Amino acid sequence: MDFTPDEDHEAIADAVRRVCADFSDDYWAQCERDHRFPTEFYARMAEGGWLGIAIPEEYGGGGRGIAEAAIVLNEVAKSGAAMNGCSALHLTIFGLNPVVKFGSERLKRAFLPRAAAGELHVAFGVTEPDAGTDTSRISTRADADGHGNYVVNGHKIWTTKALESEVVLLLARTDPRPDARFKGLSLFLADLDRDHCTIRPIPKMGRNAVASCEVFYDAMPVEGWRLVGKEGEGFTQLLHGFNPERILLAAEAIGIGEVALRRAVSYAKAREVFGRPIGANQSIAHPLALAHVQLRAAWQMVMLAAWRYDRGLDCGEAANTAKYLAAEASWFAADRAVQTLGGMGYASEHHVERYFREARLQRIAPVSQEMTLNYVAQTVLGLPRSY
Amino acid sequence: MKIMVCIKQVPHQDARLDVNGAGTWIQEENIKFEINPYDQNALEAALQLKDKEAGTEVVVVSIGPERVTQSLRTALGMGADRAVHVKDGAADGSDSLGTAKILAAVAKAESPDLIFAGFMSDDGNLAATGPMLATLLGIPHTTTAVSFQKNGAIQVERELEGGALEVVELNTPCLVTTQTGMNQVRYASLKGIMAAKKKPIDVKTVADLGLAGQVGADAAKIKIEKLYTPPKGQGAEILSGSVDEVVGKLVGKIKELGLL
Ligand SMILES: Cc1cc2nc3c(=O)[nH]c(=O)nc-3n(C[C@H](O)[C@H](O)[C@H](O)COP(=O)(O)OP(=O)(O)OC[C@H]3O[C@@H](n4cnc5c(N)ncnc54)[C@H](O)[C@@H]3O)c2cc1C
Repeated sequence: MDFTPDEDHEAIADAVRRVCADFSDDYWAQCERDHRFPTEFYARMAEGGWLGIAIPEEYGGGGRGIAEAAIVLNEVAKSGAAMNGCSALHLTIFGLNPVVKFGSERLKRAFLPRAAAGELHVAFGVTEPDAGTDTSRISTRADADGHGNYVVNGHKIWTTKALESEVVLLLARTDPRPDARFKGLSLFLADLDRDHCTIRPIPKMGRNAVASCEVFYDAMPVEGWRLVGKEGEGFTQLLHGFNPERILLAAEAIGIGEVALRRAVSYAKAREVFGRPIGANQSIAHPLALAHVQLRAAWQMVMLAAWRYDRGLDCGEAANTAKYLAAEASWFAADRAVQTLGGMGYASEHHVERYFREARLQRIAPVSQEMTLNYVAQTVLGLPRSY
Repeated sequence: MKIMVCIKQVPHQDARLDVNGAGTWIQEENIKFEINPYDQNALEAALQLKDKEAGTEVVVVSIGPERVTQSLRTALGMGADRAVHVKDGAADGSDSLGTAKILAAVAKAESPDLIFAGFMSDDGNLAATGPMLATLLGIPHTTTAVSFQKNGAIQVERELEGGALEVVELNTPCLVTTQTGMNQVRYASLKGIMAAKKKPIDVKTVADLGLAGQVGADAAKIKIEKLYTPPKGQGAEILSGSVDEVVGKLVGKIKELGLL
């Protein structure tokens, strides 16, 4: 076992921290308030090559693994950018994984170098009004047009960054037979053709710099070569991306917890009530210590899961554990930060209420806490399936 | 053209500093370090010249323990071509002159056309090493550069007291020390960090440089006797009350002390 700090990891963290330092909490609060995509931040991250970190070098990326991508996103979150910063980036950093793994050479050459350079905004179109946790119920259809191409019709919700994105990684049904279930689903890297789709942002609790949208597809044409891998294998391809996605989201969640904790600690030292700093009260101090302990434990799990994934080892248990622990630790830390700041915790000016709203998200998306526990119950503990 | 940039690793600006047990320096364990901010501007100035003039080589030089490697890698990640690391316990405790002697020995071996150094270091605050180095090398120098140009000769705009600026021109080889804020320091990119892994760091000892016995704590002419934080609050009085009350009390005090 070797826990020696990795020189590369420190260099990456340091470089990203320096970029993020130019974007203050006030910048993020403003983006949040105005529902404005953080274009300047995105451009700076693209310039540094950070968006391409996990894309193979032969396609213009940095060729590094999920561990390094996790470090980047953790730094972004804990700079105070929280999910507004991370969601602006992570689909480009990681969303194209199925294309890297299963896409044709033509598809890879056409899109990966542009994604690595940060020129390509990507959205992820899986969830539908009647198919969230249960992906087998997806009803958006991609029908063969008889000339080797497809036509897409359907309704997706929560498609994050649909407004900014040129392409969408779209899961659609190519086999409409009722018993086809997962086997009838295929994955496309489709153009979000505005002539054939309508995009509507969904009003939501937080992370408002980055919109998540309803997308209505109306006879949207998709050329045949935009199919990722083989027809009918879309769901299996997505499955391969679930673990790294969980690992990265966990790293982001921890970042939010860390920034919330940092603010809470400095407030607890400075704020005097009854003539002494509130941090001297154990009922304030212990929960903050507990938040720290939980965040540290979750981070070790993130690094273990990433280490396993990057070496091609099975990481399902570690990734789900990391995601669960991170989402809980982040939420706990953010909640305690609000409590520590008292009334000021509820005020926007100290930013913890923004972290609090954003920390809530990871317990639901991209996969709910219940589903991560279902994984552990069934796959790790061998308990009967609930679904 | 060859440019040498002298960089020093100093405690990070956000690091929590405590005095060490002996009361002679700060506690260095478990704190973060970074490239001295003034030296970051020096490095940026060198890299900007490299961007403009093809074939320019930037060599960064630093003295210090193993941890200094990280700062050198950062500099290489930002775009420097090579690094020289003088890593030797015998250099510990050098005063400015000792440091300048080590850097001069490196400079003699490298024969750069131009040397950049930070105006001063964030920890020592002496502002002596740059001028001493230039003097040892017998080359012209100028200090506190706020802007820099090279059109054949080197033109430097430097900051004087009271906000005045002075423009000086120097012939190469020469040495320039840089003021913070002179330029916008670039960040290491991912590609830069990856490329830096393949760039050489040349490790040297004091003996390699022919300076055995001439530098380090024993040869130093300046020693830190004591480092301490002055006790808080002595001679200070905190006035309390509403704004009007405080103003009233303050005016009373000023009159009482005969300051008006
Ligand atoms: C801000 C945001 C951004 C998003 N971005 C995207 C995106 O870019 N692309 C995309 O495709 N999707 C996106 N999503 C959708 C997200 O992945 C889903 O919301 C999530 O998978 C949950 O699905 P659902 O909302 O349909 O919940 P449902 O499936 O309706 O579940 C509701 C609740 O029931 C629980 N539940 C269901 N079945 C079980 C069971 N068997 N055992 C225990 N509990 C169960 C769930 O855990 C959950 O708590 C986003 C969501 C949000 C909020």
